[in-house]
Amino acid sequence: MADTTGTVQPETADIGEDGVRRRDFINIAAIAAAGTGGVVTLLPLISQMAPSADVLAASTTEVDISKIEPGQAIKALFRRQPLFVRNLTPKEIAEADAVPMSELRDPQTLEERTKPGKTNWLITMGVCTHLGCTPLGAGPGEDRGPYGGYFCPCHGSAYDTAARIRKGPAPTNLEVPEYEFTSDTVVKVG
Amino acid sequence: MSFPWAKQYEPKHPLMRFLDEKLPMPRLVYNAIGSGYPVPRNLNYMWNFGVLAGFCLMLQIVTGVVLAMHYAANTQVAFGTTEHIMRDVNWGWMMRYMHANGASAFFVVVYLHIFRGFYYSSYKAPREMVWLLGVVIFLLMMATAFMGYVLPWGQMSFWGAKVITGLFGALPVVGEPIQIWLLGGYAPDNAALNRFFSLHFLLPFVIAAVVILHIWALHIPGSSNPTGVEVKSESDTIPFHPYYTAKDGFGLGVFLILYFAMVFFLPNYLGHPDNYIEANPISTPAHIVPEWYFWPFYAILRAFTADIFFGLIPAKLMGVLAMFSAILCWFFLPWLDKGPVRSGHYRPLFRKFFWFGLIPTMLVLFYCGGAPAEEPYVMLSQLATAYYFLHFLVILPIISSIEKPEPLPYSITEAVLGKDEAAQLGDSADTAK
Repeated sequence: MADTTGTVQPETADIGEDGVRRRDFINIAAIAAAGTGGVVTLLPLISQMAPSADVLAASTTEVDISKIEPGQAIKALFRRQPLFVRNLTPKEIAEADAVPMSELRDPQTLEERTKPGKTNWLITMGVCTHLGCTPLGAGPGEDRGPYGGYFCPCHGSAYDTAARIRKGPAPTNLEVPEYEFTSDTVVKVG
Repeated sequence: MSFPWAKQYEPKHPLMRFLDEKLPMPRLVYNAIGSGYPVPRNLNYMWNFGVLAGFCLMLQIVTGVVLAMHYAANTQVAFGTTEHIMRDVNWGWMMRYMHANGASAFFVVVYLHIFRGFYYSSYKAPREMVWLLGVVIFLLMMATAFMGYVLPWGQMSFWGAKVITGLFGALPVVGEPIQIWLLGGYAPDNAALNRFFSLHFLLPFVIAAVVILHIWALHIPGSSNPTGVEVKSESDTIPFHPYYTAKDGFGLGVFLILYFAMVFFLPNYLGHPDNYIEANPISTPAHIVPEWYFWPFYAILRAFTADIFFGLIPAKLMGVLAMFSAILCWFFLPWLDKGPVRSGHYRPLFRKFFWFGLIPTMLVLFYCGGAPAEEPYVMLSQLATAYYFLHFLVILPIISSIEKPEPLPYSITEAVLGKDEAAQLGDSADTAK
């Protein structure tokens, strides 16, 4: 007969000296196993949202810079985001070097933002550090803003000739991605 | 639950009796939105918007499921299939215009519903849970609407997705990994579009589930009313059906006239022309604004232009935190506004701050959120943002402790009929017993 009074039958109670029943161990083990299994199941569910292999595979881009004359810039795509490659004129380099560090919100010299001996190649993301718009200034005839670099039309952030933030809401300079010169005319970004 | 005098469901037809025994669904409906639900007799038209919001949700689900039959969430074809719906699919243009304007209509209705709650303090005990679930629904609606706007893969879709997911990037340390994880890439692309579609399809059903909880929680204490005085006797209530089904039906008619006027005559008035240009990751539209229903919160986001606490919290992060806090503080409203009197009718000080403080502030934020980020809009949104938080976090608690409310009517019946008749009615009810 089923036990309807709610008392534990002596043969199933099996209480050890420390007051722990054998069944307690089974309960804890079962819950622990199910809980661990549940948590582990979350891992693939969360991680499937991270960039997939094909997206990661496209995470480096090679840019041919041989056709960019001094004073010109091009827009390339790097990780599906715009990349600005600019060949600075000596005048623009001089302008960037003339700015005292104390005037900058995110102090960096042009030398720190370029490769040694290639100070004229300013390679930055074309992503405004405020809210991610693409600033103007890389295309021909576009507004380069009051500091002669780039100008973001969304909220008025102005960057100088070293793509450093000078005015407006953006907190930092245009990001310089990791890159290297694989030859004099080819840059590998990423 | 219900009041003891609520009418009982008595199925007459044998089939209904059979059903009532096996699965009492008609009984559930009868007690929820039928004659079995007693409602205060004095509800005004501000009480229409709950039912209208439910209608909008169904409208969005029906038109949305139809659109999903013709749309494909792939960056190669998404923009094209949207145009295919507009040009080639039978009645596709109408389904899409109904869905796009339906989102706006849904937000209009829900904003009125929320501000009804503010004015009549509907969030106060015993209806805190109704309010909390309502805020959850509003947050889910915002997420759903945002992701839906990305699906046509136009310029505004793309750049909206970029800016909004960029908000998460403002968080220190974990921000950028979270942003990349949310997008499944470094910028909005196929992975993001596909998951947004999946979630945009899912969330309305989650909303529907929370709506059921919202109504369930409401039906435990019963509906509030414009006097804020709780129901005392049977003479204070009337059955939901036919009285409020009729009143809500009239409201629905007015709503449908306005809604279809938009759908048929101004279908793109609330949209942006830029979204009829296919997404282009290297060219930003000159003026990025979210849809109108996000403007007040977008204005709060942009109000923070300088670093706070000696640069400890960057302006961008502060804007993001403020924007989320602007809605999260609604969760605490039942405990911030502690006064015993509910209705703004009987709260002279509260009423002044509602009409001359909160409402103008919301309108200023609304206007500034849609305006370009330049003066004087930046300064206006800063002032309005300051007042917004002051109102909820400081002014309301102070009002609720110092305010002397006007005298309340004894009962809903007295408020409606005047003292004498109510007394007579009360007497006759007593003698009848």
